[in-house]
Amino acid sequence: MLKEGNIRIPSGCAISGIIDKSGAVFSGQIIADSIATMHDRSNGLGGGFAAYGIYPDFKEHYAFHMFYDDAKAKQDTEDLLKANFVIAYEEKIPTRKTQSIKNAPLIHRYFVLPKLEVLNASEMNDEDFIVKFIFNVNKNIDGAYIFSSGKNMGVFKAVGYPEDVAEFYKLETYNGYMWTAHGRFPTNTPGWWGGAHPFNLLNISVVHNGELSSYDTNRKYLEEFGYSCTLMTDTEVAAYIFDLLLRKHKLPVTLAAKVIASPLWNQVERLSPKERELYYNLKIIYSKALLNGPFSIIVTYDNGFIAINDRIKLRPLTAASQGDMIYVASEESAIRRVCKNPDKVWIPKGGEPVIAEIEQQNISEIYDKKEVTA
Amino acid sequence: MSLNYLTPEFKVLRDYDRCINCKVCMRQCANEVHSYDEDLDKMIADDYKCVNCQRCVVMCPTHALTIIKHPQVFRENANWTYDAIRDIYRQAETGGVLLSAMGNDRPYPIYWDKMVINASQVTNPSIDPLREPMELKIFIGRKPDKIELDENLNVKTKMPPQLKLNFPIMFSAMSYGSISYNAHASLARAAKELGIYYNTGEGGLHKDFRKYGENTIVQVASGRFGVDREYLKTAAAVEIKIGQGAKPGIGGHLPGEKVSEDISETRMIPVGSDAISPAPHHDIYSIEDLSQLIYSLKEATDYKKPVGVKIAAVNNVAAIASGIARAGADYIAIDGFRGGTGAAPKRIRDNVGIPIEFAIASVDSRLRSEGIRHTISLVAAGSIRNSADIIKAIALGADAVYIGSAALIAIGCHMCQQCNTGKCNWGIATQDPNLVKRLNPEIGYKRLINLITAWGHEIQEMLGGMGINDIESLKGNRLMLRGIGMTQKELDILGILAAGE
Ligand code: SF4
Ligand code: SF4
Repeated sequence: MLKEGNIRIPSGCAISGIIDKSGAVFSGQIIADSIATMHDRSNGLGGGFAAYGIYPDFKEHYAFHMFYDDAKAKQDTEDLLKANFVIAYEEKIPTRKTQSIKNAPLIHRYFVLPKLEVLNASEMNDEDFIVKFIFNVNKNIDGAYIFSSGKNMGVFKAVGYPEDVAEFYKLETYNGYMWTAHGRFPTNTPGWWGGAHPFNLLNISVVHNGELSSYDTNRKYLEEFGYSCTLMTDTEVAAYIFDLLLRKHKLPVTLAAKVIASPLWNQVERLSPKERELYYNLKIIYSKALLNGPFSIIVTYDNGFIAINDRIKLRPLTAASQGDMIYVASEESAIRRVCKNPDKVWIPKGGEPVIAEIEQQNISEIYDKKEVTA
Repeated sequence: MSLNYLTPEFKVLRDYDRCINCKVCMRQCANEVHSYDEDLDKMIADDYKCVNCQRCVVMCPTHALTIIKHPQVFRENANWTYDAIRDIYRQAETGGVLLSAMGNDRPYPIYWDKMVINASQVTNPSIDPLREPMELKIFIGRKPDKIELDENLNVKTKMPPQLKLNFPIMFSAMSYGSISYNAHASLARAAKELGIYYNTGEGGLHKDFRKYGENTIVQVASGRFGVDREYLKTAAAVEIKIGQGAKPGIGGHLPGEKVSEDISETRMIPVGSDAISPAPHHDIYSIEDLSQLIYSLKEATDYKKPVGVKIAAVNNVAAIASGIARAGADYIAIDGFRGGTGAAPKRIRDNVGIPIEFAIASVDSRLRSEGIRHTISLVAAGSIRNSADIIKAIALGADAVYIGSAALIAIGCHMCQQCNTGKCNWGIATQDPNLVKRLNPEIGYKRLINLITAWGHEIQEMLGGMGINDIESLKGNRLMLRGIGMTQKELDILGILAAGE
């Protein structure tokens, strides 16, 4: 049977996301409790978390989280790493033995910056350089996989139920201002750790519940812009589309939302002339970046997240707020579990994004731990 | 009669219990098959002349007529087939090139029929187009790489000219001359009502149809018939015709007897003179020359209209298409080897070119690998027979399709393949005023609207089944196709998996 990455596997899922808009950090236990409520939406074949603000000591470094199948993969990758990067710190990612998480690969993290001479020789900016490096490792080094690469953030994922994954990675010991979580229900999978969510590239991470019927269209479109979709997962495609729109094409996140869940033509006709012009261009230029098929998705980037449904809302998504906290999840129960009395609870319409961003400009300055009312 | 060694191809069966000698068949048949025998007081038929266009069969008020394949056979021979022998009789008789019409009718594999379409079950809900929005609108033209906005979200991108289509379907190039005034009237009016486009072909634009300009693509072919300022100005887009699927590599010839007063005016040539389209454009001997013509036409139309290039699907189609994209064309139309024609040498029609299915797949793949696919539109032509063919064409990588033969069938064509004789009993491929008036454009345009609307519904149903609510998300979505009964090599070229994979 083909391993995930060589074959496309549809899956259903649970997702959850929490942000403190004041930028204050809180423990990973909260998101773990939230996603655990939706245990039945996953089947133990994949769980994971993205955490932002967890590495204040290395906030200027790219944090590479790696899975290695064996020592050889590790050695080959480290040779390549050392040739291209200055490594400020590296370690085995701390884990605890748990009953339900088995067959763990070697899991390491590295805090790195590209070597200036290599970067200059490449004539790329450092983000493009990193992306190219990641594609190279993931595609060409057998048994090595970079699954997290942003600054001051990290992804933690495994084959298992999300609450077990949180325990395995000791997430209660990390504090971040924004967290997302994912529990997976693949219809079949050989259980590859890299296939779990969140999917990450630089500071963009994606958790996704759904199945893209536009997968092949989206993938081919991305390939024209130099992305190589090696995992054959919908989430990978969604992440690259956001990377293209937000990082490369500098679209505001509100408009990126209108690309992946674009308004219908008859809605566009009814807009003001200025908006009509905008959406006309957006829809035509990015027609192949439309994500079609059922999905609810949370995309996290530097300073916030966007949660959105497909435009006819074929998957569940609920949102709530309390003070500075914004919650989104597949089910309201997952929010109520960690926020008993929200100020407001709402169900976003299809294609209508929930955007929550840190209010202070300089997010890297804020790392006070704050008690969270739960 | 039989001195030319030929025997009749068809047999006219008349049920004399039903025939009332009304002579409708006699009046309807331009081939003069039927006549009335005074002595016998009976209608009789000359089987030799029958082309099986079925006009009489349909018009006979008592349903007395049936045309069958003539039962006369040669001694069975797998090598010297009926056609092989008869073609030799014909050429030995006339010393001429064999002419034929409509598309390649040889039993080559039809790859559309070896592909099946996906649908959602459980993991992805199918969408009911009667209850949910389902978008079929597409745009043909060059697309910028990215959108540029100023800080107030005003669009700074200069969007190249686009054709807006309510259905991913257009009417293929068929010239006035090869088809009748009424056929053009039907196509033009239907295109307008449907919000799509028809293509004048290379025979110029009749002055009566200038009012449909917004839905008209005009062709500039090697003969440059009818091309003037007005022509370019009136159209919504200009298409340079390099070749056509039915006769790649050769030109065209409208015999002088078909060049009536009206056609002479439209084509801008003298009445009764042969209208000859040279095989190549004599100002295009290379890709740079093509680029010059593209930009001359863009200059002439103030860069306000898409300029497309139509080519026949041939071996090297992917590289040629890439060259055309880089030469500045806004869209590329590719015509496969089953594409129809008003007249083509039979050997060329039946042996030159490649199937459109392969051509689309390899052009789409090639342009993608060069990172330029998203900048240009691709129109597939060459025997699109139904809505499923369209779904498959788009999933393989086309943006839209051209239909020619299917549109003519909608207005009455019975595929008798005699268009080149000018005696089309259905009033389509003829300039004989008595025949032309048989095609009522009032009815014709409605039948075309019905056809495209029906296909639109079917496309929506199939899209919904796949869990897609926008045709854009089908483009190049080859995962939605599976192949049946193909070799691995064929599957690889089409870029699809085998059924069950
Ligand atoms: S049209 Fe029919 S009924 Fe009339 S003459 Fe011909 S065969 Fe007889
Ligand atoms: S257009 Fe007329 S002549 Fe040509 S195939 Fe159709 S029916 Fe026959």
